[in-house]
Amino acid sequence: MSAIIAPLSAAVIEVRELRKSYRQVGAVRGISFDVARGATTALLGGNGAGKTTTLSMLLGVLTPTSGTIRILGEDMLRHRYRVLPRINFTSPYVDLPKRLTVGENLRVYARLYGVEASRRRVDEVAEELDLGDLLNRPYGNLSAGQRTRVSLAKALLNHPEVLLLDEPTASLDPDVGDRMRTLLEDYQRRSGCTMLLASHNMGEVERMCDEVIMLRAGLVVDQGSPAALRERYGRGNMDEVFLDIARERNGAEDAPSASDRTERSVS
Amino acid sequence: MAASLAAASLNRILALVERHAYLLLKSWPRLLSMAYYPTVTMILWAFVTVYLRPTNNFLADAPGLFIGAVLLWDILFRGQLGVSLTFFEEMYSRNLGNLFVSPLRAWELIAGQLLLSLLRTLIGVGAACAFAWLLFNYSIFSLGLPLIAFFVNLIVCGWAIGLAVSGMVLRWGLGAEELAWAAVFLLAPVSGVYYPIAVLPGWLQVIAHLIPTSYVFDGMRALLLDHTFRTDLFTQALALNGVFMIVGIALYMWAIGYARKHGLLLQMGE
Repeated sequence: MSAIIAPLSAAVIEVRELRKSYRQVGAVRGISFDVARGATTALLGGNGAGKTTTLSMLLGVLTPTSGTIRILGEDMLRHRYRVLPRINFTSPYVDLPKRLTVGENLRVYARLYGVEASRRRVDEVAEELDLGDLLNRPYGNLSAGQRTRVSLAKALLNHPEVLLLDEPTASLDPDVGDRMRTLLEDYQRRSGCTMLLASHNMGEVERMCDEVIMLRAGLVVDQGSPAALRERYGRGNMDEVFLDIARERNGAEDAPSASDRTERSVS
Repeated sequence: MAASLAAASLNRILALVERHAYLLLKSWPRLLSMAYYPTVTMILWAFVTVYLRPTNNFLADAPGLFIGAVLLWDILFRGQLGVSLTFFEEMYSRNLGNLFVSPLRAWELIAGQLLLSLLRTLIGVGAACAFAWLLFNYSIFSLGLPLIAFFVNLIVCGWAIGLAVSGMVLRWGLGAEELAWAAVFLLAPVSGVYYPIAVLPGWLQVIAHLIPTSYVFDGMRALLLDHTFRTDLFTQALALNGVFMIVGIALYMWAIGYARKHGLLLQMGE
């Protein structure tokens, strides 16, 4: 595959005043942010902060209460099917059919995504992710780490321009987690793909992400590069920044409001 | 442009078929169970026929009455199960999320379910038909061309119920799975599978006349006993099936919309 190096420029993901309420409870309460082309951005926040809800809305599997989402210039709520062939995702909340082999699963998804020369592409992805020995094994017989790699392989089949990753290295040991991050970084270098990931792994965020969007109780409470956030909170690492924001301490309670954040991200 | 979009759609539908074909072809218990129940039920009714035929005028004139009825009934039942089980497989394997974020449209998912239902029905009922011919010298093809009319009406009715059941399971979760097995049997008493609906109480006859299958089995009896294909019964069944299909699809689409609104698509699974 030829390398496509895209500059960090126009926003590929544009979210404006996005809200999701279940009855009277606001899971996401009017968030706005942009993700620049070719950037890796993290959605951070504690459990229930709204990360998975946000990703689900971006993917079109959850209907927002209000707000707009544009991905690759298309209105995701109105023209979802123009966008879906160009993006992909992984999530620990979904699985692949366990009785099918890895190869069968990948061939089915290559076909679903309309991948040309699908068998060759499956072989390519299998080689990239070191899955060659697993292609004939049932997916259900694999370890958690192997399944995560297969899930990533599924996500890369269609050469996605945007990857949405929900906890991509959750439940992986440090070795496998590191390999996954390397694979994602390699793919991004080669393809210029834009990545938005939700993670609880601060090391991963510091290593991979150009930008961090901090969520708390469904609101964007801060945003910036990992270095800028560390400096803003006077902390040595993102773990401490995360705790400051999650526990509203050390100035985090003065973090910009959602509306301030909207203005900043738009400007 | 339109041709390439249609080809892409067909490719996605076939991807869904391929996914389930892998599952079926590597599991002989699944294949066996698809043929087992229709065959055993057919054998049961065939022996009832053997037992009653010497003393029963109807069966003397039309020995295939019960066997034909049970085989046609299984078209309805397998048709419905084929649609529902395809959907349940995706829920069991927690694969719905992957499907719904793929380019697969809802109508393509429905088309795939219907195609798979057709395949499952042909396998299951086909095996029972083969055994009916081998063991009892009864060929379902003795019904002639009207068999196509019966088949179409029964499988479409099964599809409509299957889609409605899939929608209800999507809405209420796998706890509602029992509906898949029970839904069609609600229709059995008013479908007149083994008896004319004229034997039902008046109020049940009213309900029976709202069910497409009652016209199909009346049509089958007219063919076997009077040697007449009743086009009026065929068209009435077809019209009612049109209504059933619209309601089935509407319920399914509503359930998908509900699932999108309430975040169920990424949560569904065992």
